[in-house]
Amino acid sequence: MYKSLAEAIRDAEAQGTTLSAVALAAEAQDQGRPVSEIRDALRRALVVMREAVDRGLVGDLRSTSELVGGDAAKLRTGPAGPLAGTPFRDVLARALAVQEVNAAMGVIVAAPTAGGAGVLPAVLTGLAAARGIDDERVIDALATAGLIGAVVAERASLSGAEGGCQAETGAAAGMAAGAAVEMLGGTPRQVGHATALAQQGTLGLVCDPLGGLVELPCVFRNATGAAIALAAIEMAMAGIEFAIPADEVIDTMGEIGASMDVRYRETAGGGLAATPTGRRLARERLYELKRSGG
Amino acid sequence: MVSLLDIIGPVMVGPSSSHTAGACRLGLLARCLVGGTPERARIELHGSFARTGEGHGTDKALVGGLMGFRPDDERLRTALEIMEREGLDYQFEKTSLGDDAHPNTVRITLERGDRKSQMTGASLGAGRVLVTDIDGYPVEVSGNLHTIVLVANDVKGSVARIAGLLADANCNIATLKLSRKARGGDAFMVIEVDDQPDESVRDAIRALPWVTWAFRLDKVSA
Repeated sequence: MYKSLAEAIRDAEAQGTTLSAVALAAEAQDQGRPVSEIRDALRRALVVMREAVDRGLVGDLRSTSELVGGDAAKLRTGPAGPLAGTPFRDVLARALAVQEVNAAMGVIVAAPTAGGAGVLPAVLTGLAAARGIDDERVIDALATAGLIGAVVAERASLSGAEGGCQAETGAAAGMAAGAAVEMLGGTPRQVGHATALAQQGTLGLVCDPLGGLVELPCVFRNATGAAIALAAIEMAMAGIEFAIPADEVIDTMGEIGASMDVRYRETAGGGLAATPTGRRLARERLYELKRSGG
Repeated sequence: MVSLLDIIGPVMVGPSSSHTAGACRLGLLARCLVGGTPERARIELHGSFARTGEGHGTDKALVGGLMGFRPDDERLRTALEIMEREGLDYQFEKTSLGDDAHPNTVRITLERGDRKSQMTGASLGAGRVLVTDIDGYPVEVSGNLHTIVLVANDVKGSVARIAGLLADANCNIATLKLSRKARGGDAFMVIEVDDQPDESVRDAIRALPWVTWAFRLDKVSA
């Protein structure tokens, strides 16, 4: 697989094709499997993603701690805000939905991770529904997202414990932004700018979940991560270019992650987890629960 | 090498790819060392695994993996109850394996019948794992393919003999890494194969007079 997005963009441009096409070809070569098999696996992932969106939107799920759940449905049935009736609001609802399923130990696709699993399905299935885009193109977009994630895994990290939330929902936003731009007809170059624009907006983002559990703020960070992806998509599609190439933004994310204090890397030692309310909720809702065997 | 399908995947039970799916895969790899579900296991958690493991379901995922459940198996949710029902003796401890160890590292010491083994491995993120030590030998096993690891005396023709055994077992070699500490000293082989070898392959390799140690680990990625 590619270790540089710039290299993949160069190959796609030279061959007059898309990033998903070069990514699928590289994967087929690496794994010794036909492209059709890889697309089938991505098709199965898309089915699970849609099931998680639908399951979460019902609104009846709660995490074991009952700290999260039921909020995705509010974006469907709750009072209107300024974005009511737009794909933007629908994407937010879908991001919350998947993450609420995850927190309830339901089945999701970790893309790139479970903690950041809401962003990509929300952006891709939300925009595909809004624009009537067929599944084959969504599957291609998943391949592009996989390419971007693979580059992040090689150059930086996809683990909150290593790189903070910028490596999970931040990477997910970069993947979703790039993938959606291809799905909406953008060029490989625009995909690169969308990725850079989304990832730069999440640089420095810490991983500070209450009690160390993938619940709060993770569920909401998937929604705000999706919002950053949508902003990056809109800017890249408008022809805006980000001066620092995606590869270098990703390298920066890795550097920041490596120097991030351990308190901000999934350990519940800092950030929101260490606030008076964060500590109280963790004590009351998480640790008590564990002691009572819940 | 990172695979697209590791990034868009795995399909898994939540809530954490490194703490739940990755932990489950490490459990699946560890059980291979004793050829099945261990009766006893000491599970030592390091770093983030030690600090936040319980709430992330790391304990359930490791136990589920040791019992042979895969990351998308909904039985992971109740793995600890199943373990008790099956009468398995798995104990958890918190430990420190030093600053160099990856934050999500576990050391598992396990027993099944007369087989005993110890494995250290880390969950690298996005469900990817790396086994770094087996019975005191440094290794690098990702579980992306079926893998044979072995230590042998540095004798002529050893690679050919092993390759022959694998060919007889209908296993195609994908990658082969050979290293040794000194000429005539221990030779270390990590062989990744496309087709799943069974325990008889491990037994045949172990039966070679110049092989001191060999293990077979299953592919655990999607």
